[in-house]
Amino acid sequence: MSSWIDVCSVDDLQPDSGICALVGGRQVAIFFLPRRQAVYALGNFDPFSRANVLSRGMIGDIGGEPMVASPMYKQHFHLHTGVCFEDPSVATPAYRVRIDRGRVAVQLPE
Amino acid sequence: MSNKQTLVVIGNGMVGQHFLSSLAGSAAMADYRVVTFCEEPRPAYDRVHLSEYFAGKTAADLSLVEAGFFAEHGIEIHLGDKAVAIDRAAKQVTSAKGLTIAYDKLVLATGSYPFVPPVPGHERPQCLVYRTIEDLEAIQAAAAQSTVGAVVGGGLLGLEAAKALKDLGLETHVVEFAPRLMAVQLDEGGGAMLKHKIEALGVNVHLNKNTTLIDDGMQCRHKMNFADGQVLETDIVLFSAGIRPRDEIARQSGLEVGPRGGIVIDNQCRTSDPDIYAIGECALWNGQIFGLVAPGYTMARTVVAGLSGEAASFTGADMSTKLKLMGVDVASIGDAHARTPGALVYTYQNGSAEIYKRLVVSQDQKHLLGAVLVGDAAGYGTLLQYCLNGIELPENPDSLILPQRSDQSVGLGPDALPASAQICSCHDVSKGQVCGAIEAGCLTLGDLKAQTKAATGCGGCSALLKSVLDCELSKMGVAVSTDLCEHFAYTRQDLYNLVMVGQIKTFDELLDKHGKGLGCDVCKQAVGSILASYWNDYILEKPHIGLQDTNDTFLANMQKDGTYSVVPRIAGGEITPDMLIVLGQVGKKYNLYTKITGGQRVDFFGARLEQLPAIWKELTDAGFESGHAYGKSLRTVKSCVGSTWCRYGVDDSVGLAIELENRYKGLRAPHKIKFAVSGCTRECAEAQGKDIGVIATENGWNLYVCGNGGMKPRHADLFATNLDKETLIKYIDRVLIFYVRTAARLQRTSVWMENMEGGLEYLKSVVIDDKLGIGADLEQQMQHVIDTYQCEWKTTLQDEQRLKRFRHFVNSDQADDNVVFVEERGQIRPANDFERKHFKLVEEAA
Repeated sequence: MSSWIDVCSVDDLQPDSGICALVGGRQVAIFFLPRRQAVYALGNFDPFSRANVLSRGMIGDIGGEPMVASPMYKQHFHLHTGVCFEDPSVATPAYRVRIDRGRVAVQLPE
Repeated sequence: MSNKQTLVVIGNGMVGQHFLSSLAGSAAMADYRVVTFCEEPRPAYDRVHLSEYFAGKTAADLSLVEAGFFAEHGIEIHLGDKAVAIDRAAKQVTSAKGLTIAYDKLVLATGSYPFVPPVPGHERPQCLVYRTIEDLEAIQAAAAQSTVGAVVGGGLLGLEAAKALKDLGLETHVVEFAPRLMAVQLDEGGGAMLKHKIEALGVNVHLNKNTTLIDDGMQCRHKMNFADGQVLETDIVLFSAGIRPRDEIARQSGLEVGPRGGIVIDNQCRTSDPDIYAIGECALWNGQIFGLVAPGYTMARTVVAGLSGEAASFTGADMSTKLKLMGVDVASIGDAHARTPGALVYTYQNGSAEIYKRLVVSQDQKHLLGAVLVGDAAGYGTLLQYCLNGIELPENPDSLILPQRSDQSVGLGPDALPASAQICSCHDVSKGQVCGAIEAGCLTLGDLKAQTKAATGCGGCSALLKSVLDCELSKMGVAVSTDLCEHFAYTRQDLYNLVMVGQIKTFDELLDKHGKGLGCDVCKQAVGSILASYWNDYILEKPHIGLQDTNDTFLANMQKDGTYSVVPRIAGGEITPDMLIVLGQVGKKYNLYTKITGGQRVDFFGARLEQLPAIWKELTDAGFESGHAYGKSLRTVKSCVGSTWCRYGVDDSVGLAIELENRYKGLRAPHKIKFAVSGCTRECAEAQGKDIGVIATENGWNLYVCGNGGMKPRHADLFATNLDKETLIKYIDRVLIFYVRTAARLQRTSVWMENMEGGLEYLKSVVIDDKLGIGADLEQQMQHVIDTYQCEWKTTLQDEQRLKRFRHFVNSDQADDNVVFVEERGQIRPANDFERKHFKLVEEAA
């Protein structure tokens, strides 16, 4: 496993919403769900519209599973796995993310 | 040449047109070349609602022909050319302009003409009839120089004509030969109640009057002399004493006509010549002329079925009617006069509420034979179904007309109706057809109306249609979920009420009290909109920011490549050259693609997220405000230039448009709202295609509501006429807040109206008559929204914390390298896939 890459302060997170970080040359969307005290990280690239916009989607749950809705054509992606609810053959990468001493860090795969 | 036969239709009135549109939708259309003659200068229009012409409707509003209908179906129409002769031996029709067309089949839909009694003096000037739009124009011209008008004839049409005179501001009299009004449809008690109610509205009714002479008056133009020695002075005499079939062309060509007129037809609507049909008011079936439009439509469909090789018969028609005469409900069903041997009668009369009801039942009291309703016709649908379908009456038939003082329902459940029961008489839709459409997936009133056409004619059956729908759905076990989403088991309207009653201010509070889970994009946006329209807080406050779609979050419209477009408000489309220069400078500085919108403003495209604050800083510094193009909210109030400059303008449309736009800007709603204001009836601002449309008249403003363009265009409905500005604004306030409170999520005003039980009339009763007693409340809520308006961009620019969101990366100042533009026609546009690949190759090679 590669090391954790520091991204930003927890104060930069948007409650019930997303932000985008540049991590090792990749665009990573980071979401913060205060009701679950959880952060999630997915690729910012929306495979349907082919635009870097997922961090600007609305978040919530479908049947209890956390999701983000693409702001472009409204497909939903699982916040843990990145798999699209409407078409499971499509997914955006999911990254590990953690909060440590007030800092948000993301781990990229090898 | 094709081997098509030629079908000629003489007459393009309501029935002639119904025939053509039925034919166009049938298999027979492929077999015929269709030619039609229309004596009048315009194609078919709605004569049933003719009096609305004086309430502000135009000839175009009344038209029954969709634009492009004739061209689309290849129908040759000769407007303003009357067919004058039929040569049956040569099978040719000749017109007044000298055209001769050979026919294989001929349909006569020549209609009727108003009967004018041969009273000496009937041909004096300003003795008029009431049948065509040209007649109306003549009445209007005459009314302009008159103060008193008298209608000869107190029947259905006569009372409609009286309403027209009343609307024109004349002192109005109705002169009737019979001892009561609407003698054909009403019994003595019903007629008396109707007379009483109509007189209370300021119309003078004179019964038992036989006009013997019309000559010069003393105060007025004419004096009507009656057989009983009395006289009446009037400036206009309007004859509406019944109709006579127009059968002259049939007579001349030797077709069989009845002794008192009317072209004799059989059950297939064939005349004595098997290649010639007659339909509508010119036709005589079984010794009867049918003076209503529904039987004419049935005849038209019978002929179309026959031409298509289907077996169909016209076997008479039910002459029951329900109508509103000057606001008075009147209905007559079946044997209203109790002429059936042994018939028994029940009557109910309420002097204080001015209601009269009469039931005629069979001797064994098992079946309803007829009914009369005056003042309250709510029971019409149920009674008609009892009568037409022979449904057995309840034990005490009078329960059907007695007022309900407990919650026991006496209405006939839709389940009791047989599949053959006719739900909509205008479009002949049976309960079976309605149920079929429901089974095929029409689960809303709107879908059902679009699919079956039921309740799209006079609309009188919409409540019945709704009850059939509800009943069928519950029988199918389809618990039709009206829940907003899985997080809230409520409709949007329910949630609105919960927010109002509980004074709830945030999504979290609503979710904790009434929902479950985390919420989703559906409920968050809906609740965000509800909170915004009720409290009107700044939408980017912390508790609300997660409820906004990306467009609202960044106060701009996301485009396909993730960049945004920017639209400053240009109220009414009015802008100074200096302000226009500012726009030009901003567009140039940020290299934005620039386009003029349909809403009379300027749209900048290609702004990256991080550029939005700088662009808006420049725009707000120059005095521009947010145009709310990103919100489900008021967009624009389009206007024509109006009376300030235009030679034809009647009022200042630009001034009103600016005032309205500034009043309602920022109002959040279930969907976007568009307005327009036109300065005269030429309607250059296209106000009738908007949610709220206003058109100037000589006497004030006409208000249209619930129109829209887009995928499914809907012509707006005329809501109120000749309003002063204060009343106009009051009505708009009420309509909009009522829409905001009661519409479903993402429902435009047009669909909201289509799905509203009672439709336009109900909306009028809520807004104009304040039936629910919420008028002041609606206005107060609107006033709150107006008082708390803020330019969202101005507020955002003042807050450094909020501006931090306007960057692509939280941890870098780089831009999104996936956004690539190329140039086209001197401006930028997003690169397409091919260009992107090419662009990258070039870059990598370099």
